[in-house]
Amino acid sequence: MAEMKSVADNDRPLLIAEDLAKNYGRLTACCDVSFTLYPGEVLAVVGESGSGKSTLLQLLSAQLVPTSGRVNYRMRDGVLRDLASLGEAEQRFLFRTDWGYVHQDPAQGLRMAVSAGANVGERLMAVGWNHYGRIRHTATSWLERVEIDTARIDDTPRTYSGGMRQRLQIARNLVTEPRLVFMDEPTGGLDVSVQARLLDLVRTLVAELGLAAIVVTHDLAVARLLSHRVMVMKAGRVIETGLTDQVLDDPREPYTQLLVSSILPP
Amino acid sequence: MNTPAYNFAYLDEQTKRMIRRAILKAIAIPGYQVPFASREMPMPYGWGTGGVQVTATILGPNDVLNVIAQGSDDTTNAISIRKFFAKTAGVETTTSTAEATVIQTRHRIPELPLHAGQVLVYQVPIPEPLRFLEPREIETRRMHALAEYGLMHVKLYEDIARFGHISTSYAYPVKVNARYVMDPSPTPKFDNPKMDNCAALQLFGAGREKRIYAVPPYTSVVSLDFEDHPFSPYRFEAPCALCGAEDTYLDEIVTDDRGGRMFVCSDTDYCEGRQAEGHRGSQSAAPQKEAPRG
Amino acid sequence: MYVAVKGGERAIENAHRLLAQERRGDLQVPEVTLAQLSEQLALAVDRVMSEGSLYDRELAALAIKQARGDLIEAIFLLRAFRATLPRFGATEPVDTGRMQVRRRISSTFKDIPGGQILGPTFDYTHRLLDPQLAEGSVPDDPAMAEVSDTATPRVTDILGRDGLIEPSPQADGDEAVGDLTREPLSFPADRDLRLQNLARGDEGFLLALGYSSQRGYGRNHPFAGEIRFGEVEAEFFAEDVGFAVPLGSIELTECQMVNQFKGSASEAPCFTRGYGLAFGQSERKTMSMALVERALRARELGEEVLAPAQDEEFVLSHSDNVQATGFVEHLKLPHYVDFQSELGLLRKLREEFFEANGQSTLKEAAE
Repeated sequence: MAEMKSVADNDRPLLIAEDLAKNYGRLTACCDVSFTLYPGEVLAVVGESGSGKSTLLQLLSAQLVPTSGRVNYRMRDGVLRDLASLGEAEQRFLFRTDWGYVHQDPAQGLRMAVSAGANVGERLMAVGWNHYGRIRHTATSWLERVEIDTARIDDTPRTYSGGMRQRLQIARNLVTEPRLVFMDEPTGGLDVSVQARLLDLVRTLVAELGLAAIVVTHDLAVARLLSHRVMVMKAGRVIETGLTDQVLDDPREPYTQLLVSSILPP
Repeated sequence: MNTPAYNFAYLDEQTKRMIRRAILKAIAIPGYQVPFASREMPMPYGWGTGGVQVTATILGPNDVLNVIAQGSDDTTNAISIRKFFAKTAGVETTTSTAEATVIQTRHRIPELPLHAGQVLVYQVPIPEPLRFLEPREIETRRMHALAEYGLMHVKLYEDIARFGHISTSYAYPVKVNARYVMDPSPTPKFDNPKMDNCAALQLFGAGREKRIYAVPPYTSVVSLDFEDHPFSPYRFEAPCALCGAEDTYLDEIVTDDRGGRMFVCSDTDYCEGRQAEGHRGSQSAAPQKEAPRG
Repeated sequence: MYVAVKGGERAIENAHRLLAQERRGDLQVPEVTLAQLSEQLALAVDRVMSEGSLYDRELAALAIKQARGDLIEAIFLLRAFRATLPRFGATEPVDTGRMQVRRRISSTFKDIPGGQILGPTFDYTHRLLDPQLAEGSVPDDPAMAEVSDTATPRVTDILGRDGLIEPSPQADGDEAVGDLTREPLSFPADRDLRLQNLARGDEGFLLALGYSSQRGYGRNHPFAGEIRFGEVEAEFFAEDVGFAVPLGSIELTECQMVNQFKGSASEAPCFTRGYGLAFGQSERKTMSMALVERALRARELGEEVLAPAQDEEFVLSHSDNVQATGFVEHLKLPHYVDFQSELGLLRKLREEFFEANGQSTLKEAAE
């Protein structure tokens, strides 16, 4: 019975966006966005600045209220819920357990003045873990998993490099085994060599943990490496969508062609 | 010129009614901070105005009041407040914990266990246990409402990672009635166990911050800790030098400028009581009631 | 041999006697009278009334005398007294447009209906200490003129007539005005409580914040639209006669700042405003208050909240000098029990440190 449930789970959508739109006065940040995301699926949202992709990410993660449209999410109990109908407590709980959110600037997603161990352990403590040794042990193993030297567990992220901070942010988000992770330009601001290593790590973790993810990026290489599907946005609208390899190898829209052709060769 | 006529215990009846409503609400929700419109009192904010307002509100003509500060009824703050109530309420005052019906205290809980029918009123400077982790009132209110206390545990974790111990020695946070995290006021953590399942009503008043909270009698009050780093009250290494007590909180007295020290009970009433019963410490002398210089 | 000393009560009594003696000072020197304070240190009295939130010159003068000139101590005395007064109602809103103006200036226009009236001001004096004043002064008669009939409309009303400045945010007619002394402040705060908080807020604190906003910490391009000082009538609506009866007149200073303009998709851009009001002649206070009030409106005007002057919780929680001084000065109270706990913990940690590092802990004990 349990097995059948998990197979059925993977068949059922995890997140459904319906006709999402967000306006600020006369400015349309994004509109007419609809898509379905399945468990374990990684969707990249690509576009240049001003395309509306960051606004979309905030709408999908309930940090902004849409002007129109809906975001439905399947909770752990299997029920599909409209995010707007969740109470504040439910939303915050979701954010801390079933979701992850990786900021472009890791300092925004970390407590900079608190040790790495506490950063990783905080979500566990928030859901009631009460054993220092076990919290520390779990934090240690996660540091290992994101390839941070465990001897640095008691150092604060202030003493970490940019790449290390980003990996710490990822560990902090994944410790409660969320089913959906939002990522906003996860490699932005990092050196190229550091980026490659980070992307590798993310790809491995996503596969190992069966995570679903929505990754916003202007970098098509990131999209290609991480995602199964890609949505291309321009001026607030989705202009092309499909399997990543197909869209990037054979773009149909002129704008997509432009984006693809402007990738500098390595 | 207008000269004021003061009501019993200084506060007017309307104010007392308002504060009583806040107190009732606080008792109904143990550990929850109830906002109230604190009045300007004739002593400065930060000097016990919250405790004074609570005491003034619950005091009746037949009450017997004791006021202690740092464990002693003879400290300046305690004297000042006791005189205030003697003047404005005319109630009987005492320095004996056992005889009092209302005890207002600053930063200590009496050593003698309290009995049913007594009320302990605490003076509280900063009522919000999360304040130093999160300065914003809007955010801490939300955390209490949603019982989001992860940040509190982060602080305890950090202490252990850095010092090997939880490094809070006073104002040690507690969980009340298994729901709200509360600041017990700057009492030493040594006193925390006394709050648990106490027979007396415990009321907490913060005048400047305008909050009242309460722990009803026989309510569970548990100090926050980790399973593998359980809360342990501080133990002193030697007994009281005056009365020999081994389980009380001791004040350190500097006796000379060459590092000379002695330790005596902080709770002066308790210590005198023990001495009156014949208990002696290593450096006993009968305390004089009046010193040669005022 | 240690002797536990009692006698705190006697010590306090003696301290109070000494204080009374110091307050009086040299008996050869004439004692200062309330009338002298009210007349000749009028601005101190004005400040104490404003921040003490009580309009009574005589009582404010008494407070200053009792406080030996410490104005915050005097403000505390007045506030504590105010808390004992019975409240029998609220006045009608005071109409500063009908003020009997003694001083009225605007920096936004060269000339305005009613004119620029300098009034009694330090503004253009040369700040040279005047030894003559030490001897005693017999000032010349001031210049006299006929009382003018021309109206002195508010500059902001003039701008408002053309829609150039946002209308003053109106309170909801049906809702009761909040009362800071009856309900605790909670955030976000409504404008009525915010203004009350600022009106009794410490002048120095608001001055520094206003200054910071001018220097770029939340700049909002202020102009002094108008500052006016003079007498206004206070009226009280008496139920049993069915109309408003005059209670008397009070002196007020009012400042209207004209600030950075603002527009939106649906509204034409216009100037925004900041407001300050205080008892007596309190220009520094009202100008600072108006700057800070405008800064605190950042969020409702869609501006980024980055600077301390714009941070509502920070400003409103720390503006009350009676609360502030109470808490700062409470550190003088005995804290030896809490300190003892810290000492205990520290000693333990040091012991463990030295053990871990193989050093001796005997050093402390040997002294």
